[in-house]
Amino acid sequence: MAKVPVQFTLNGAEKAEFIDSGTTLLHALRDKIGDTSPKGGCHQGTCGACSVIIDGELRLSCLTLAETCNGATIATTTGLAEGGVLHPLQCAFLDAFATQCGFCTPGMIMAAKVLLDQTPNPSREDVVEALSGNICRCTGYEPIIQAVLSAARSNSQNAA
Amino acid sequence: MELRKSYFADQRKDDLHEIGQPRPRSDSPGHVTGKTAYFADRNFPGMLHLKMVRSPHHHARIRSIDTSEAEKHPGVVKVLTAKDVPHNVYTILILIQIGPEDETVLADGKVRWKGEAVVAVLAETERAAQEAAARVKVDYEVLPAVFDMDEALKPGAPIVNEYHGRNYYLYDSGECRKVRFGDVEAGFTGADHVLEQTYQSSPIEHAPTETTGCIVAPEGNGRFTCYTNTQAMFFTLDNASIILQMPGNKLHFVGGTVGGGFGGKVDVIVEPIAILGAKTTGRPVCFIYSREEEMQISSPRAAEKVVIKDGVMNDGRIVARKVTGYTDAGAYSRHSPYGAQKGAGHYPGPYTIPNVWIDTYCVYTNRTPSSAMRGFGVTIGDFALEVQMDKLARLIGMDPLEFRFINAYRDGDIKAHRQPTEGAALIECMQEASRAANWPVAEKFMAMSSYAKGV
Ligand code: FES
Ligand code: FES
Repeated sequence: MAKVPVQFTLNGAEKAEFIDSGTTLLHALRDKIGDTSPKGGCHQGTCGACSVIIDGELRLSCLTLAETCNGATIATTTGLAEGGVLHPLQCAFLDAFATQCGFCTPGMIMAAKVLLDQTPNPSREDVVEALSGNICRCTGYEPIIQAVLSAARSNSQNAA
Repeated sequence: MELRKSYFADQRKDDLHEIGQPRPRSDSPGHVTGKTAYFADRNFPGMLHLKMVRSPHHHARIRSIDTSEAEKHPGVVKVLTAKDVPHNVYTILILIQIGPEDETVLADGKVRWKGEAVVAVLAETERAAQEAAARVKVDYEVLPAVFDMDEALKPGAPIVNEYHGRNYYLYDSGECRKVRFGDVEAGFTGADHVLEQTYQSSPIEHAPTETTGCIVAPEGNGRFTCYTNTQAMFFTLDNASIILQMPGNKLHFVGGTVGGGFGGKVDVIVEPIAILGAKTTGRPVCFIYSREEEMQISSPRAAEKVVIKDGVMNDGRIVARKVTGYTDAGAYSRHSPYGAQKGAGHYPGPYTIPNVWIDTYCVYTNRTPSSAMRGFGVTIGDFALEVQMDKLARLIGMDPLEFRFINAYRDGDIKAHRQPTEGAALIECMQEASRAANWPVAEKFMAMSSYAKGV
C-alpha cells in the first residue's frame, strides 16, 4: 500500500511519519511515534480514552485520520508536565484520588485541560458537561469532577 | 473520615494510625503523566494480529469448516482450528480439581453459545485479519437452544454441554450444593407468618475501559513471553501450560497495571490461543478484544434466580429460612460452579436462624458463559436477602433496622454451615448507620454488642 507522509507538532516537537492511508491518529501516535498516553478503549468514538488536543480543540484520536493532521499542533498528556513540574490538573488528580486503574486518566485530563483553557472558572455543570464524553468505570466520576474544580481554583489563585 | 476506636477497644492493640489518613496511591503519578504501561503499550516488529471467527448461532453442530479463502487473503499468515490446539478441551478450575473439562479453545464439532470462538486468523494487520475472518466458511446445522434456567432444568430440554450430560453441574453433594441445619419444615409450621418470594437478576458486564487482551513474543530460545492484562496470572499460566502441552518454564507471563478488571479478566481465554499463534508462526502476536467483543464475548456476572422462603414470628425472630439459588453458568463452567457454591455458604446472610435449608444449582444454558465479578455468588443473593428482610419487617409491622438487630449474628453463634461466628461487627455497623442516617432505633438495640450476649 502506498504510504502517505504526515507531519505535525506533538507536544512542541516536530514529527514526521509515513503511514498507510486511513491510519487513525491514535494508531499513528501509539504505534508509529511511540506516544502511548492516548488509550484505545473502544476505537469507535464512545469512551474518550483516546482524547487529544488538536489546535486547541478536544478530539478523539481514534476517529481522526492521521493524514488530516498535517501541519496541526497536537497535545497529549505526555507533554503536560513542563520541565518535570506537574500541571495543576495532574496535581489535582493525584490529590483528589481521581485515578484508579488510570486507563481513562490521560483522556480525562485532556478533556479537562480544554475546558479550563476555554472556561477558567467552570461551574460543576460545566465540568460534568466537558467530561461527558469520557467514560470511567472505576471512580464513579465524583473524584474526577472534584479534581477539575480544584485545579480551576488553584489556577485562579495563581493568576490572582 | 472518623475512626471510632471505642469499638472492640479490648481486641485491638495497634494504634491504627494509617486508617482515616489520606495516602497517595503509588501508581497515580504514572497515571496522570500517561507513563503507566499497560500491556498494549508495546509494539514489536513483525507483530501479527489475531481475530476470531465466532459462532452466529446459540447452539449448532458444525458440519464443515472451509478456511481456504481466508488463507489466500493478502496479509494472512496463519489460520488455526480446533485440530491445531494440543489440548483443546479444558476448564479453568481443573487446577483445583473442579472438573470435568467442558470447554473448547476453538469449537470442535459444535458451538454452544452465540459468539463462541471457532477459527483464529492471524494476519499482518488487524484489517487483513478481520477481512480474512469474514471469508472463513462454516457450515452449521442449527440446534434447539435453551436460554432460561427453568427451561434448561426441565426433562427433555436440549442438552447444552455433553461433557456434563445434564444441564446442571454435578457436585459431590449431588445436583446442587446443600446446607441443612435444624428442621426447616418444623420451623415453618411453628412460625406466625411464612413468606416466599422469588428474585431474579440479568447478566451484568464489567465493561472495563481497557478491553481484555495480550501480546505474546517468541523469545527465540523456545520460550514465549506473554504480556497480559489478566487478573489471574498463575491460573492463566498453568492453564496455558495444559492447553498447549508446554512445560511452564517455556512460558513467561508479564502482568502489570490492568485497565479495569472487576473480575472480568480472570478467565483464561486470549492467552493460550495467542501463544499458539506465536508458536506456529514464530512471530509476536497481539490479540485484543474489540469493544464489541468485550461487551458480547467476555464473561458477564451470571444471571441468578433466588427463591427465599422465611418463617417469622410476630416478635421479629426469623425461625426458618429456605433458599433455592440458581446460577446461570451459560454454556460452560468457568468459575460458576464455585460461584453457586459460595452462594450456598453465604446464605442465610448475616443472621442467626435456627432452621435453614439451602440448595444452590449451577445451571447450563446456551448463553454467554458467565464467570467472576466482584462478589460473584453472593452479591445478587445479598440483594435478594435484604429486600426479603424489608418485606418481612413490613409483614410483621416492625421497623426494618430493628428487625435486623433482632436477627443479627453475633460472636459464638453457629452459622448454618456449622462454622462459629467470629469477629462479627454487624451490630456495631448498624448502630453507626442508625446515627449517620438519623434513623433512630430503640435504646436496647444501641446497647447491644456483637460479642456480649443478651439484650
Ligand atoms: S478509543 Fe477513541 S473514543 Fe474510545
Ligand atoms: S480510573 Fe479506571 S477507568 Fe477511570
